[in-house]
Amino acid sequence: MRAVYFASVRERIGVTEEDIDPPAEVATVAQLIDWLAGRGEGYAAAFANSKTIRAAIDKAHARPDSPISAAREVAFFPPMTGG
Amino acid sequence: MPAPEVRVTSEPFDAAREEALLIEGRRDIGALVSFTGLCRDEAGTLDALELEHYPGMAEQEIAAVAGEALARWPLQGLTIIHRYGLIRPGEKIVLVVVAASHRGEAFQAAEFLMDFLKTRAPFWKKEHRADGRPGDWVEAKACDDEAADRWSQNRS
Repeated sequence: MRAVYFASVRERIGVTEEDIDPPAEVATVAQLIDWLAGRGEGYAAAFANSKTIRAAIDKAHARPDSPISAAREVAFFPPMTGG
Repeated sequence: MPAPEVRVTSEPFDAAREEALLIEGRRDIGALVSFTGLCRDEAGTLDALELEHYPGMAEQEIAAVAGEALARWPLQGLTIIHRYGLIRPGEKIVLVVVAASHRGEAFQAAEFLMDFLKTRAPFWKKEHRADGRPGDWVEAKACDDEAADRWSQNRS
């Protein structure tokens, strides 16, 4: 699946998007965040305060327990500050 | 009503022109409420705001919020424009224009739309400081979430 990152998450990880292949036991958004956080220093920093990280699956808001098995694109970002 | 006009763009917009377009040739509209959000200079410390967005999701989320407003109030016209990219103090960031028969629903719908744009639309603001030091990402405010929550509590 494609992982895309925005704002402070993107800056800390250092890439805008990438293809990822998490193991089968990674089934939810929260588990994917934990798995990504273990990929290196930048990832760990980006997801250090994982409660504040928001996610979207295929461009729709997702929750920590949302399943990722059918996702083509999972996005991670801090709380929105538009308007 | 006609389909809502939703635009996510890096280009500046003309709020007066958007208002005029919404009511052009109409005789059924009794109230027009327009909200414009601008970039502040934060007492001279801010050189610009850089607005990042999630292309595709931003348009979808704004359209979804517009749909919810239309389901709650009998609106007669709706325009929502949100900019991204580098925006200087004094420049406009966001525009919501709501047309309705009466002012009550127009005011309420405009406030609802802004509350939900703030908390659901995927935009992030990074500060560019006037003194050249690295700027921070603007943090989301708890009061914005509370403002959005009250609409679900008020739903009858």
